[in-house]
Amino acid sequence: MPKITYIDHQGTARTIEGELGSTVMETAIKNAIPGIEAECGGACACATCHVYIEEAWREAVGEPSPMEQDMLDFGYDVRPNSRLSCQIKVAAELDGLVVRTPERQA
Amino acid sequence: MSETIKTDVLIIGAGPCGLFAIFELGLLDMKAHVVDILDKIGGQCAELYPEKPIYDIPGIPYITGQGICDALMAQIKPFGASFHLQEMVETIEKIGDPLFRVTTDRGRIFEIKVIVVAAGGGSFQPKRPPIPGIEAYESTSVFYSVRQMEAFRDKRLLIVGGGDSALDWTLSLAPVASHLTLLHRRSDFRAAPDSVNKMMTLVGEGKIDFVLGQVSALQGEAGQVAKAIVKRNDGSTFEIACDALLPFFGLTMKLGAVANWGMEMKDGEYIVVNTANFESSVPGIFAIGDINWYPGKLKLILSGFHEGALMAQKAHRYVFPDKRLIFQYTTSSTSLQKKLGVA
Repeated sequence: MPKITYIDHQGTARTIEGELGSTVMETAIKNAIPGIEAECGGACACATCHVYIEEAWREAVGEPSPMEQDMLDFGYDVRPNSRLSCQIKVAAELDGLVVRTPERQA
Repeated sequence: MSETIKTDVLIIGAGPCGLFAIFELGLLDMKAHVVDILDKIGGQCAELYPEKPIYDIPGIPYITGQGICDALMAQIKPFGASFHLQEMVETIEKIGDPLFRVTTDRGRIFEIKVIVVAAGGGSFQPKRPPIPGIEAYESTSVFYSVRQMEAFRDKRLLIVGGGDSALDWTLSLAPVASHLTLLHRRSDFRAAPDSVNKMMTLVGEGKIDFVLGQVSALQGEAGQVAKAIVKRNDGSTFEIACDALLPFFGLTMKLGAVANWGMEMKDGEYIVVNTANFESSVPGIFAIGDINWYPGKLKLILSGFHEGALMAQKAHRYVFPDKRLIFQYTTSSTSLQKKLGVA
């Protein structure tokens, strides 16, 4: 199963295995990864599962949809590599993905 | 608004559980009024997930959030409930056994026998943007809504956001303010294209400024903001001097006044109910849907429907203490079918 590394804003890295087809947000919540709240449960209706995609992975992960961009408007310290982790599906080609969680969620 | 509304049941929250409660109460001859803070019926389903799919409504393999609200409205039509939208219940006072006097933020007063709290995650309130220390400026120079435009006359305003509220207030306040800056993190907007065009025209005429970026900090003293520190997408920062900041970051749900109504709460967030009838610790006040708690609680719409059906049985005892309740099926009962207008 693809491995995902979550690095919190203080630099602590946690690597876990994600289930194919689930999301980067769900994988974090199931494994109690701090820094991701996912208030709306993954409906792209809030901005509390905001993560920064490590530069090397941006292309593989892709760009946010217009709806996700709308939700990112509510995020804290949104950057060009910001994504909502509920909108990223765990896939074989994302094995080794590294994301950083922001200092705070919205 | 001085006339007191006297009725059987007041439902707080017009989400799917509140709507279905109208049906269950109606079958048992109880009339309901509904209060909701949103400007539309449907609660979270209509506000947050109108286009989102729901797959776990029994007997309906697929429906959208708006779809379930529309279907429920059709189902409860025979019962003619009254809706009071953009209104919030503030106080509940027990004046009988049970009889309650309920006051809303618009000064409306209800006298009712039974209250059903179906408030989901609480009431929708403007969201506080994640700017450190913003609390210190709230209501003095940071505002999440505009009550009187005159309060902003000849002031330097900074409006933040890209939705309809941000754009609408930008257009309305542009002639009032001495200087107005609209700040948004990108050049795409969620707001109606027509408002965006009007805003761009004002920018073109030099009447207002539109700036790209995000507020990262505020400076000022004694509640009076002096300037916002704004971060560009490349990480560099600059300052915008302003007398007032109006951030429009959408809505979030807050429990609000519910906690003050004297009911036993779980973790300060949920109303504890008896699973035989979904009554709270205050006789006559019930809680159904996401806002209640009991051992094994699941926050599912289908659970809220079940809770509403059981609630109505107990509510009947309060509204009609002398009437015996006979359990009937809509499939076979002529009297129920008459109420539904199908017999």
